[in-house]
Amino acid sequence: MIAELGHFALILALVLALVQAVVPMIGARGNRMALMAVGRPAARGHFLFLLVAYVCLTWVFIQSDFSVQLAASNSHSDTPLIYKITGVWGNHEGSLLLWALALSGWTVAVTVFSRHLPEAFMARVVGVLGWISAGFVSFTLFTSNPFDRLLPAAAQGRDLNPLLQDPGMIIHPPLLYMGYVGFSVAFAFAIAALLTGRLDAAWARWSRPWTTVAWVFLTAGIAVGSGWAYYELGWGGWWFWDPVENASFMPWLLGTALIHSLAVTEKRGAFRSWTVLLAIGAFSLSLLGTFLVRSGVITSVHAFATDPARGLYILALLVLVIGISLGLFAWRAPKLSGGGSFALLSRESSLLGNNVLLAVACFAVLLGTLYPLFLDALNMGKISVGPPYFEATFVPLMTPVVILMMIGPFVRWKGDDGARLGRMLWLSALASVIAGGAVAVAIDHVTWRSVLGLTLAAWVLIASVQLLRRRLGERPGAPVINRLRGIPAAWWGMWLAHLGIGVFVIGVTMVGSLEQDLDVKMREGQTTELAGYTFTFNGAQRFAGPNYDAETASVTVTRGDRRIAVLTPEKRVYRAQSMPMTEASIDVGPLRDVYVSLGDQVEPGAWIVSLHFRPFISWIWLGCILMGLGGIFAATDRRYRKLAERDATSPVGAAAQAG
Amino acid sequence: MVDHMRPVLAALALSLSATAFAAGEATPVAEDPALEARVIELSQTLRCLVCQNETIAASRAPLAVDLRNQVREQLAAGKSEEEVVDFLVGRYGDFVLYKPPFRASTVLLWLGPGALAILGIGWLSLRLRRRATESDTPELTADQRTQARQLLGEQDNESPPESRK
Amino acid sequence: MKTKFLAPLAIFVLLAGFLAYGLTLNPREVPSPLVGKPAPEFTAPRLDAPEQSFRVSDMRGQVFLLNVWASWCVSCRQEHPLLVQLSRQGVVPVVGLNYKDERAAALQWLREGGDPYTTNVVDADGRIGIEYGVYGTPETFLIDQQGVIRYKHIGPMSPDVLRDVLLPKIAELSRG
Repeated sequence: MIAELGHFALILALVLALVQAVVPMIGARGNRMALMAVGRPAARGHFLFLLVAYVCLTWVFIQSDFSVQLAASNSHSDTPLIYKITGVWGNHEGSLLLWALALSGWTVAVTVFSRHLPEAFMARVVGVLGWISAGFVSFTLFTSNPFDRLLPAAAQGRDLNPLLQDPGMIIHPPLLYMGYVGFSVAFAFAIAALLTGRLDAAWARWSRPWTTVAWVFLTAGIAVGSGWAYYELGWGGWWFWDPVENASFMPWLLGTALIHSLAVTEKRGAFRSWTVLLAIGAFSLSLLGTFLVRSGVITSVHAFATDPARGLYILALLVLVIGISLGLFAWRAPKLSGGGSFALLSRESSLLGNNVLLAVACFAVLLGTLYPLFLDALNMGKISVGPPYFEATFVPLMTPVVILMMIGPFVRWKGDDGARLGRMLWLSALASVIAGGAVAVAIDHVTWRSVLGLTLAAWVLIASVQLLRRRLGERPGAPVINRLRGIPAAWWGMWLAHLGIGVFVIGVTMVGSLEQDLDVKMREGQTTELAGYTFTFNGAQRFAGPNYDAETASVTVTRGDRRIAVLTPEKRVYRAQSMPMTEASIDVGPLRDVYVSLGDQVEPGAWIVSLHFRPFISWIWLGCILMGLGGIFAATDRRYRKLAERDATSPVGAAAQAG
Repeated sequence: MVDHMRPVLAALALSLSATAFAAGEATPVAEDPALEARVIELSQTLRCLVCQNETIAASRAPLAVDLRNQVREQLAAGKSEEEVVDFLVGRYGDFVLYKPPFRASTVLLWLGPGALAILGIGWLSLRLRRRATESDTPELTADQRTQARQLLGEQDNESPPESRK
Repeated sequence: MKTKFLAPLAIFVLLAGFLAYGLTLNPREVPSPLVGKPAPEFTAPRLDAPEQSFRVSDMRGQVFLLNVWASWCVSCRQEHPLLVQLSRQGVVPVVGLNYKDERAAALQWLREGGDPYTTNVVDADGRIGIEYGVYGTPETFLIDQQGVIRYKHIGPMSPDVLRDVLLPKIAELSRG
């Protein structure tokens, strides 16, 4: 019954999505207020029915109703409650519903927080989002119905994949989807601007907070995913350039370029066609990612159960959405050229350079991900493209980006003097090279990679300090606390996010240079050493979990006389599918992680124990946190709220409303 | 019974304690750490063919273990990394390599990003130089000029904006 | 319309074309670089008589199929009846390579499902498999009279592949 209710709600959601897609657009064309006004209630109704459908599906899982195919394949009566709930999105159909729900949620948020925007513009934005919603909900209904019945009902479910029965599963997909889907708002804003033929600084200002928030979600989602892979997979790796990982990283790269491009369009009215293209591109890559993960054209651990028929439907959706938007771009963008001029050396040109490099880096990732497909399609053989390729191409491309990232904030808008910049920055640059080299020597790991990474990180840190001092120095005489308060949130956002990149680079470089691994066969009482730590194996005990049986080992970690931790790695067998899994145990520290996982019991009482030493790995997550925090600061700058109020009440605003 | 076992056990323990420390060191799984480091480094660039995108270093699949053993045997026998790679590629094709070989078919892959970066920056510099010499104000078309004149002409006859509220 | 603004659309259309074609491909299938090369020589004990050994060169002068199988392999069950039927037709001898298996289990399997193999050899540790680029069972190699591998089929044999690819190739090779 509940499943049928959910199914019916989904159908109603589709109907409302179509209404939301069609009616406001027609209204905007003819400037008919009544039709345009349908957008908001349609969007809210759509969200409501999707929510009902989602809740029904979750209820089916919680109640362990195995007459529904999806629950039978992805759940079990003994599965802990939280993983029954999150198991809803641990499969193709349920995660699609989550995607649609996220999109609908963003749409409603746009209708709530953008009341001050012109009606015709908003009608178009809501309409575009409605088309995308309709596409996804129809895809779900026609090819991937989560409410399909299994008759006769299964006596017991097959349980959720043990790898997904983890806290990471609780936060990673929602964050990631909020990010992916969030770029649809910038996309819809861009399409609406192309349709009206007007793209001005106001448009950029409206788009910025939405894009930044989506970017924050995506940053958090990718970071959590990486952290989850780190502790889950058991061997201390955190990024593999897997096609699905790349599918999330590409929108992030273009999204970063988009944020910076929007800043210029807002401040100086320049880059308009470039910004629009980036907005289309970022969301297109989100859609491409959806295609790659669900169609079966690439091989990945993270891919959903594949089905070329579904792939065809998504591809059709992709072709329609991206094809139409790029066609619109080709038609309307030429009219958007113009905007303020600026010198060869200026803040604008620095940002433009940054955009070009980020776009090329994104292209490199796309090329590497899809090249095996290209060659196979052309019958030119089968190759694999993995970490060696990506590291060889991506790192050299990102190096100038990181360098430019800290020069840009010092460069004046419109035009600057190279000599002046050189005088300002040469000392910091020199100090960075010296610091980078010195640290590389100190850690006794001098390779071109470690020296480069450490120099870049030093550059970011040193230039950040210099930037802050300059900013504080703008109000001499005022107390420091007032000076700090006087700096707008957006500036702090930029500063923190850039600093986050530096911290991230430190983490990556140090881990890459100094990590150590060791596999040992241990019996109770035996010890071994790694990276100055002593590990004592205290044997293993049997333990029965709710839906698994485990062997839990105890390993004492000491350093000299000090006891650091008692780690408890586990080897589990999940009963439903007799699937073995290893649960690592990590002692997390600000300067290093000590990581232990349990292998096989090769002889009675003798276990293979895998030890891993990961210095500075927490700095990777810290860097991402700083980036996300920076984004939050930037998005919540008072300017946006104040300008929003001004837009609503001023005569300029009134004129814009009518237009 | 346990009571009179205790002194015996204690004696045993004492006699074994000297050897116990030696037995206390766990044995690394790898017999030769230096060789093993080479095996792992090479294995991290080789693909497990039965897995969904994993290296033979990370995978626990039987084929991955077999291939890792092959790598270890061959390196131990004195073969170089290139020879081991050639051995595997000869049997499994380029698919087994995570670092795609540089061939005519992969020129675009390896040189594409770099070339695009150079082209992109070059195009950008040209555009920026041209832009810097262009005028600030955008050109108006004849229609737009007429429109502007009309608006300005009309505005002279109307009341100031503030009273329009 | 300035042409440079059409570039993104053009690139996307090209990409979509590749993606569409990609839907028909199997990204996990690994083609063999050994096709057209001499079949690697090996000497292995026979399954039914372990004291006797078999060499690939023993089959010189005949076109034959080398089928890699194991009793633990689920997909092998799928193709087994087809192989039995093929052996009854007597079109081409099938040599079995029992891959990483237990002798008792393998013999049991043959007893239960029938024995389509003219000879069965044991590859206990998988080394012969690696020489042949085997990565998953079942796999079938078509080898000609000179001992050159002419075709490799990955996965369970299907009537279509047999009818449309293998049998014509066998006929062609037998003629020439």
